[in-house]
Amino acid sequence: MRLAAHDLSVAERLAGVSLALTPGSITAICGPNGAGKSTLLEALAGLLPADEGSVSLGDTDLLSLPAKERARLLGYLPQAHEIAWDVPVRSLVELGRMPHGDRRAEPVDAALAALDIAHLAQRRAQSLSGGETARVLLARVLAGEPRWILADEPLAALDIAHQLALLQHLRRAADAGAGVVLVLHDLAHAMNHADRVVVLDEGRVAADGACEDALDHRVIERVWKVPVRWIGEPGHRALVSG
Amino acid sequence: MNRAMWIFAGLLALALPLSLLAGRVWLDPATTPNAALILADLRLPRALLAVIVGAGLGASGAAMQGYLRNPLADPGLFGIAPGAALGAVAALWFGYAAAPFLLPLFALLGAGGAMALLAAIAGRTGGIALFTLAGLMVASLAGALTALAISLAPNAFAMSEIVMWLNGALTDRSWREVWLAAPLVALGVLLLWRSGRALDALTLGEPVARSLGVDTGRLLWLLIAGVGLTVGASVAVAGIIGFVGLIVPHLVRPLTDRRPSQLIVPSALAGALLVLLADSVVRVLPLVTELRLGIALSLLGAPFFLWLLLRLRRGLA
Repeated sequence: MRLAAHDLSVAERLAGVSLALTPGSITAICGPNGAGKSTLLEALAGLLPADEGSVSLGDTDLLSLPAKERARLLGYLPQAHEIAWDVPVRSLVELGRMPHGDRRAEPVDAALAALDIAHLAQRRAQSLSGGETARVLLARVLAGEPRWILADEPLAALDIAHQLALLQHLRRAADAGAGVVLVLHDLAHAMNHADRVVVLDEGRVAADGACEDALDHRVIERVWKVPVRWIGEPGHRALVSG
Repeated sequence: MNRAMWIFAGLLALALPLSLLAGRVWLDPATTPNAALILADLRLPRALLAVIVGAGLGASGAAMQGYLRNPLADPGLFGIAPGAALGAVAALWFGYAAAPFLLPLFALLGAGGAMALLAAIAGRTGGIALFTLAGLMVASLAGALTALAISLAPNAFAMSEIVMWLNGALTDRSWREVWLAAPLVALGVLLLWRSGRALDALTLGEPVARSLGVDTGRLLWLLIAGVGLTVGASVAVAGIIGFVGLIVPHLVRPLTDRRPSQLIVPSALAGALLVLLADSVVRVLPLVTELRLGIALSLLGAPFFLWLLLRLRRGLA
């Protein structure tokens, strides 16, 4: 089931964005600060009304889907790590089952195991480190077994080991058929781990395609306005200035 | 059923019979003349009313704190209690209070007016910030009109009636008030209980709650109706009784896993217990006139809350 934006404009932050995402792959959304990345992700999750244009899932307008059904299909992880109450980790992850109306243990256990946090299940949320919190919140998304995983900067608070482990897990989810859409600041992660990159600039699509094309150093220089070059082999690239 | 529910239900079951015996005159059912009459017509309705009012205030406090994701939230913030108080004050001002049903009816109308105003301002968008501001504005408007009514009172008697009534009490209440408040509070607590799972999802913020399928507009309506019924009915029969909604969730929270949904029913039981105990204390105190329950709860509540804040600051709570 394709997730597509059609000429989408939202609150002066997106100006006519069109793209069609296919499941079974990882798409990275990149762009400078204020380019509209988080807004696009929120709109793709069906959480923002469009001023113009629309978002569709398969043949259906996303906003016309019943909220529970949309929630079962799309898992959304915002950038802010807000946890208002000092609840146990397991009950936070169980919230992912809410759209299904159950608290089945297997998907919750699987999500805890996938993110290497099964040992934290009984801990309280406010006793976690930043990296642990980030993994718990992503586990909440995975516990819902969504067809689409939409995550805003899921790597931001993680150390390199957990970043790579998490990317590996998202790759497995994509291989199993899920659509994975990540807002990423780290262009090297996008280059090395995504199947496709969408570069946004001032609310418009500046580049869209395979990583090597969409993150070509000329695109980066044009959009981010910094001189850079890629070094290393494909799949192990690093970005250096100059 | 969680642990907190059992604890507070047990304590309430112990406190209720004791409170029936407590008073300026301690009842000994075997020897006190007319003991059955005093129990059935005076003390039982008063104790039940304390339970009903406390349950409503406790549950609405827990739901409000869950909704606003703020441990300092209080049902008074919604503007519904001041709205109900304004309605009751209007009844006293116009001298309608002599008719038994008019004062609570006016109070319920005031609560309904505040609910309608809140829904009209904030109901469409369901935004929490707009809703809180709307509640504060309704509260200050109702407060200002109440102050105006006091300053323009037609006579000194009406003025003193209004001021006394605003302080909240369960003195001289009868079965009539019990039958009036019980169904409204029960329905209100039921609506608040129904909102529990959505409040759990709000723990992760509004966007995540919506992404999990929570209809935030419906949640807001559930809360306005639930708080409106519980607080409106409480003010209608007892006047303004502060602090219960603020304090009770803090008593309950450490006994639960802190999910908002786990707090609502235990907070209803704990609120019932607190108001019942406080009302028993004001009856027993050897003062010339009975201490008003609203004043007593504030006198107890404020130092207790300060103590709680100190404990929280030290990270012990």
